[in-house]
Amino acid sequence: MSAPAGLDRATERSRDLRLLLAVLLTLLGVALTLVYLIALNAGAAPRLADLAYERLPSTGVQNPVTAVLLNYRAYDTLMELAVLLAALLGIWALGPAPPGFQRSGAVLAAMVSWVVPLLIVTGGYMLWVGGYAPGGAFQAGALLGAAGVIVRLAGDPRAGLPGEAAQRWLLVAGVLVFTLVGLGLMAFGAGFLTYPPTLAKWLILLIEAAATVAIGAALAAAYVGGRPPGPDARPTAEDEDALTPAQTPANPPAPPLDPRP
Amino acid sequence: MSQLTLLIVFDAVLLVTLLVLAFAAVLSPEPRRAVMLFIAFGLWLSLIWARLQAPDVALAEAAIGAGLGGALMLAAARRAARTASRSRGDDAS
Repeated sequence: MSAPAGLDRATERSRDLRLLLAVLLTLLGVALTLVYLIALNAGAAPRLADLAYERLPSTGVQNPVTAVLLNYRAYDTLMELAVLLAALLGIWALGPAPPGFQRSGAVLAAMVSWVVPLLIVTGGYMLWVGGYAPGGAFQAGALLGAAGVIVRLAGDPRAGLPGEAAQRWLLVAGVLVFTLVGLGLMAFGAGFLTYPPTLAKWLILLIEAAATVAIGAALAAAYVGGRPPGPDARPTAEDEDALTPAQTPANPPAPPLDPRP
Repeated sequence: MSQLTLLIVFDAVLLVTLLVLAFAAVLSPEPRRAVMLFIAFGLWLSLIWARLQAPDVALAEAAIGAGLGGALMLAAARRAARTASRSRGDDAS
């Protein structure tokens, strides 16, 4: 072994770093356990849950979890949708998506043609049932996203999503409708996202429907892994992200020429 | 055995398996294997959420944590492995 000295130092440094990380993580674990034990022994304090249950009839939904997510703490959910959107912007910033997988054979295609509609119907059910039982926009959106993943695995390079322009509208639908409802309520004299009890159910359903579409589109687009490929993208047979010889990492491509005249 | 003892044994099995899956996922040297263990961890965790009578969290964990997160990480692991093998090939030449 005649490794250069620089390499030795680098491995040593990475070992030190790992040790430091391990110590810090252990300390964090001990601290969390201590906090947990203290919280366990603190006894019952007045909890917000009682208040939340008490006001449940005026939230427009019967499921306390949905009431918290879409009514009491609607602002947090709006921010969560924004986080998802920001994550997808980061993925799109990575560049164009790899072309995808080869077309599925007959067996897989038959399965997909059964499973995908089933997933979409189940997503709709999840969305509706969230009003009075476990369910809601995130679970429904995850089911739609799963349908997109399956469609992409079966050979559609865009995971069943429309072209880029329409896709952008789908992706912002959640944040857009959420914010518009909030601003509209402000315009009518209520606070931002303070629903009047008579309208609450329908406003929440509207927001959740838009959020479901946005979450599903965002998750499927995240699986595509880059800016959507054009309508004429050809799925390749073997290499998902095969680079052309000019683009190997050792030989980075020149920046593209400006197309403008 | 009474029902309570059975439940305690069940919970203990759930917890121990969860910890084993977590350690196996963290300590696994190969990304693909680690992701698969992580998916198993997520599904197991959703069982525990269901046992804690938090069906909402269990649903979200199974769908997003294990399902979609797993799919995304599998894709990332595949790309990372491909990039690594390509750069190794460049070093050799």
